[in-house]
Amino acid sequence: FSQLQHNNCISFCRICVITLAEAHPLLQNGKTIKSINYQISANCSRLQNKVSGKSKRGAQFLTELAPLCRISSSDGEEYTIYSCIRGRLIEVNENILSNPAILQEKPSTEGYIAVVLPKFEESKSITQGLLTQKEYEEVLLKRLNSSS
Amino acid sequence: MSSLTEKDRPIVQLLLNTGTCPRCILRFCCVGSQTLYRHPYKDLMKDLKEFLKNNQEKEDTVCSDVVDPPCKRIRLEHTEEGPGDLNHNGALQQIPSVNDGNTAMEDSAVKVCNVCLGILQEFCEVDFVKKVCQKVNSADYQFTSFVFSVSLPPQLSVRERAAWLLVKQEMGKLGLSLAKDDIVQLKEAYKWIIHPQLSEELGVPADGKSLFEVSVVFAHPETEDECRFLATACPDCFKPAKNKQSVFTRMAVIKALEKIKEEDFLKHFPCPPSSPKNLCVAVEIQCNNGAVFVAGRYNKYSRNLPQTPWIIDGERKLESSVEELISEHLMAEFKADSFNFSSSGREDVDVRTLGNGRPFAIELVNPRRIRFTAEEMKGLQQTINNSSDKIQVRDLQLVTRSAIGRMKEGEEEKTKTYSALIWTDKAIQKEDIAFLDDIKELKLDQKTPLRVLHRRPLAVRCRIIHTMQSEYIDEHHFRLHLKTQAGTYIKEFVHGDFGRTKPNIGSLLNRTADILELDVESVDVDWPPTLDN
Repeated sequence: FSQLQHNNCISFCRICVITLAEAHPLLQNGKTIKSINYQISANCSRLQNKVSGKSKRGAQFLTELAPLCRISSSDGEEYTIYSCIRGRLIEVNENILSNPAILQEKPSTEGYIAVVLPKFEESKSITQGLLTQKEYEEVLLKRLNSSS
Repeated sequence: MSSLTEKDRPIVQLLLNTGTCPRCILRFCCVGSQTLYRHPYKDLMKDLKEFLKNNQEKEDTVCSDVVDPPCKRIRLEHTEEGPGDLNHNGALQQIPSVNDGNTAMEDSAVKVCNVCLGILQEFCEVDFVKKVCQKVNSADYQFTSFVFSVSLPPQLSVRERAAWLLVKQEMGKLGLSLAKDDIVQLKEAYKWIIHPQLSEELGVPADGKSLFEVSVVFAHPETEDECRFLATACPDCFKPAKNKQSVFTRMAVIKALEKIKEEDFLKHFPCPPSSPKNLCVAVEIQCNNGAVFVAGRYNKYSRNLPQTPWIIDGERKLESSVEELISEHLMAEFKADSFNFSSSGREDVDVRTLGNGRPFAIELVNPRRIRFTAEEMKGLQQTINNSSDKIQVRDLQLVTRSAIGRMKEGEEEKTKTYSALIWTDKAIQKEDIAFLDDIKELKLDQKTPLRVLHRRPLAVRCRIIHTMQSEYIDEHHFRLHLKTQAGTYIKEFVHGDFGRTKPNIGSLLNRTADILELDVESVDVDWPPTLDN
């Protein structure tokens, strides 16, 4: 299945906060986080993202498949967290670097991954393309049923 | 005409013969007596002719010299511009002598002046004054003085220049000079004549500092193209206009006239200037009153009212607004065109403003009524308060523009106090929150809240919570009173905004906290002055 469905997007008037969704493997029992890396390629570190002004000039532009960070768990697995949203990267959460535990303890609040601002024209279609909590749960149920 | 002397004679003769009106003639003779200009047109014309005649009777030979100077060229009709060569002796039209001139000049129709295009003629007359005053009276303004501003067509500056060059040349023959600054300005002479008439008709004095402005715009379509030659001579003075408005503004024309050399000017513009067929036209007569400022403090009792109208894509999302509820009645009473509302900070839609309220000021633009007694202001305050239970105002008063600065300084510098109703996920006991009361000068680092991040730059703000006081309610609720530095985001201090405000109530209590209600208890600015309401 697509990893894209493991992201949660909370939006307030166009601003989108990317977090791990409930069913993400990292949030399941037994997983411990070994490291979080915002350096997604030789040339690109999300930590170097700098925005200025109201229109957030200078921001790294993200497409749906743009990686935000890579997280390794102590059992040797590596997970890439994708943006899932087109827009300007406003900030990544540096708190999870110093305190990875909050990513698992409070994934939907303090453990958020990133804040993204979509283009004004695209913001409506983006919000419409997201699943509601209920729809998400239905998708999960379908997956369980199809795999069993 | 005692103001004129011998040396003025050739000038008067020259200008009269080339189609210049008596008042412009006086200007070029540097006559500074205001009362003289106010004499009726006919009298001035008669006096000038008398002045010339007197001399003629005495010295015939001198007269003929004066009558036929080599530089003159009369154009009684508007013809094409040709080279206006002052020293050209040939091709002169027959210039009527003063005696013949009497018949030509005393036609039933007054010829339009070739320098002022009628400004110092028709537009000094009682009919025009009545027209202006009619406009003023029908506009129904309240005023105690007026300032009269006049916008003249740019061609007048060009013609003035041509006339000056003509006169300068003539005086040069007598060994006399004429500085441009010695000539009485057209606008100045016009105001000498029209101010007393307007003042009498309106019943108030003219005052340069008056807030009530009567403005007239004059145009002369017939000669509009006269300025064009300046564009080829001094192209850098004329920048292309943003709107469709003409590039040939008064300022641009004056600038070009300063730059252009005398010879170039004379090559392109007739000297003396041609006599126009028509007068100027008064295109616009407008009235405008300077803005008045009303200040006060407002309380907000609704949790469903925005500060300013909330309109998205042309659709109003919430009914009314603080500014509309206050300004509506002021607009009606002051009969203003529009308003500008500002306040010492503001609160969210769902936040109440209690206590003494928040200072605000409203600029009322172009008000018809400007004078209100303290009683009337109190009455206005009552009307506003009776009209809505969502807001209430106090200390409503007229203030000066400069007073607004006091309000804005309050926004950044003064403290505010709040009352917040807080929910916690895990149970709390009285002891768990008691320590909050002892925390003084708590430093916060607040990143720009997510809820405003789409329209504000990303930044970190350091803000201080000066004091706190808690009130236990039950295991999941307590009320917190806080006194904070201006610019502190209270809601984010309570719920933490995804950990982007640190510390926050959640982190201090080691729980998840959220804010259910927020009230502003006081805005600690001591402006505007308190009135006994």
